Amino acid sequence: MSARDRILAKLRQNAPSTANALPDVATWFATHRPVESMTDKAKRFHHVIELAHAEVHAVNADTWTGKLHEVLKARGIEKLLVAEGTPHGDAALDDLPPRGIDCSVYEMAIEAWQSELFDDTPASLTAARAAIAETGTLILWPDALEPRLMSLVPPVHVVLLDASNIHNTFYEAMTAEGWSSGLPTNALLISGPSKTADIQQTLAYGAHGPKELIVLMLGAPEGAAQ
Amino acid sequence: MSEHTLHFKPTEGFRTRSKAVVDNPVLRQSFRGAMDFLMSKRAAQFPDDEELQSLRSLGEAIRQYNLAKLPDLLLQLESQLTANGIQVHWAETPDEANTIILGICQRHSAKLMVKGKSMVSEEIELNHAAEAAGIGALESDMGEYIVQLAGEKPSHIIMPAIHKTKEEIARLFADKVDGVDYTDNVDALIQIGRNVLREKFQEAAIGLSGVNFAVAETGTLCLVENEGNGRMCTTVPPIHIAITGIEKIVEKLEHVPPLLSLLTRSATGQNISTYFNMISSPRKPGEKDGPEEVHLVLLDNGRSQAYADEQLRKTLQCIRCGACMNHCPVYTRIGGHAYGTTYPGPIGKIVSPHMLGLEATASMATASSLCGACGEVCPVKIPIPELLMRLREEAFSEPHAKPAMRGQGAGYSPLISAIWRAWATVYRSPALYRLVSWLGSRFGGLLPSRQGAWTSVRVPLRPAPKRLRDMLKERG
Repeated sequence: MSARDRILAKLRQNAPSTANALPDVATWFATHRPVESMTDKAKRFHHVIELAHAEVHAVNADTWTGKLHEVLKARGIEKLLVAEGTPHGDAALDDLPPRGIDCSVYEMAIEAWQSELFDDTPASLTAARAAIAETGTLILWPDALEPRLMSLVPPVHVVLLDASNIHNTFYEAMTAEGWSSGLPTNALLISGPSKTADIQQTLAYGAHGPKELIVLMLGAPEGAAQ
Repeated sequence: MSEHTLHFKPTEGFRTRSKAVVDNPVLRQSFRGAMDFLMSKRAAQFPDDEELQSLRSLGEAIRQYNLAKLPDLLLQLESQLTANGIQVHWAETPDEANTIILGICQRHSAKLMVKGKSMVSEEIELNHAAEAAGIGALESDMGEYIVQLAGEKPSHIIMPAIHKTKEEIARLFADKVDGVDYTDNVDALIQIGRNVLREKFQEAAIGLSGVNFAVAETGTLCLVENEGNGRMCTTVPPIHIAITGIEKIVEKLEHVPPLLSLLTRSATGQNISTYFNMISSPRKPGEKDGPEEVHLVLLDNGRSQAYADEQLRKTLQCIRCGACMNHCPVYTRIGGHAYGTTYPGPIGKIVSPHMLGLEATASMATASSLCGACGEVCPVKIPIPELLMRLREEAFSEPHAKPAMRGQGAGYSPLISAIWRAWATVYRSPALYRLVSWLGSRFGGLLPSRQGAWTSVRVPLRPAPKRLRDMLKERG
């Protein structure tokens, strides 16, 4: 008998004979979490993620590359990793190089350029698929065009978020988007820059991942970005 | 990393280790300060008691629902993960788990494994097994990195280096990390760790991680962290091996949000961790990063013993938040190392006997005042004080033929049991009680002035010269 069979046999021998009722997660969220307007969700998201040390800027479809240029210049960053083939990546590729920002792309598998990503990529731009107001959380589903390490390795991570994609809660996000029918290779919730309090409970940012997280919020309703 | 092999010691030596901490003002201050900090952070996350209590009830219901279906869910998880391309392994014992993990390393001729924070990997003492097999195992969580550099073990399941001051860490880095001068600036220390470990993430062939929740319906491994080292370990090296206890499974993805909220708010007082990393497959064709192979090792190591008993099964509800130790007056005074087990504090006392047997852990459950704080803060309502009582019973009752636990009766002493039986007889009979209390009031002075552990820090116990009943009689 294999370890698998022995473990399962032991568990089966002593498993309770009756099943418990399925826990009612939906009712708990319906009675304990507000359902807010788009403006209020945007406000809440903005407030909570700022508490976690992220920076948020309200932008619109015409101005966001300008704001991106501004935040990079303010940090003296002249190179940005973008996802070619995505609408936002292509927009950055069009707009930024003429303004003095060199845009690199994730065109090869990581093995071919790992040291460049780690040592010579000061910033990246990705989109967020959606966000969560309650916890000030960005939802990213990395894919072939916008790989996983883009949101992890560069010290400055800029995220473009459409304010109309903000959910009230994590529960609402996964049910509204039907996640239980299939998840990608890697789905991520990101709620601020990398941090640690492992040395004497003193908070320090930039532990292993990005030191700065900057959110460009597209179409934020009036007043949501204050 | 360490020059000598350290092993988690069972309760032998518990008193000596506890006394050493109680006598050390620096360590006591470290633990007191850290526990006060964590308790106030947690309290700030739960301003509304109704919300907290209803969420705890939901968390408890979710954990119990899933435990009731555990064998079926393990099979569902296995088939879903396999369909997703993740390889599933089963281990009954720590040795089997190490053999599986090191076997994968050897197949890939791996020299270095970088590790995200995993208490189960501590439970199986993977680092020592890897070292013995000539494979480097490097901790990458900042706290774990610090304790590994120091040749120590984590003293807390969430904050491994909680016993160390920043000055101690500064000296450690200056001594052990090449080219580093002494600095006790926390930002600078973290940058030192970041730079060292970023090299190692790129060099390692294997990334090892734990699992916070394994979702059966989607075949997803969920990881909670703040630093990003967990994401590094599960994304940069070509092979990712995850290890988890068999109990950390939920059937439905929708079970995750309530448990995640309870976990991060109870553990560190955060409304959510910086990263919540959900992994459902290795790198797919066309994807440009992520490991080519993902493995999951499912470890029993005594969990099936706890599962077999309706009351003890509640031990497996645990989501490893550490709130019980943060609120424990014993843990706060003696710290994590005194327990000598992988898991310290109240959760350690109820889970370790299943892993190590009561022979090695008989007295653990007695290191409690039964104040009940652990049970009150537990986010999934594990009745920890009740379980401590049960474990005392299991450890100290006369060995019998059908024990619920390995090592039942290991602490049994015929003399002590006889004394308690006599005590019970006296207290059940009014006449005997009168006689014995009269003898006590007359001859109590004959009791020795040294009464074992009691008089090491207290005045001797002496019956009063007059009984209450005598005093009442005098007053008429």
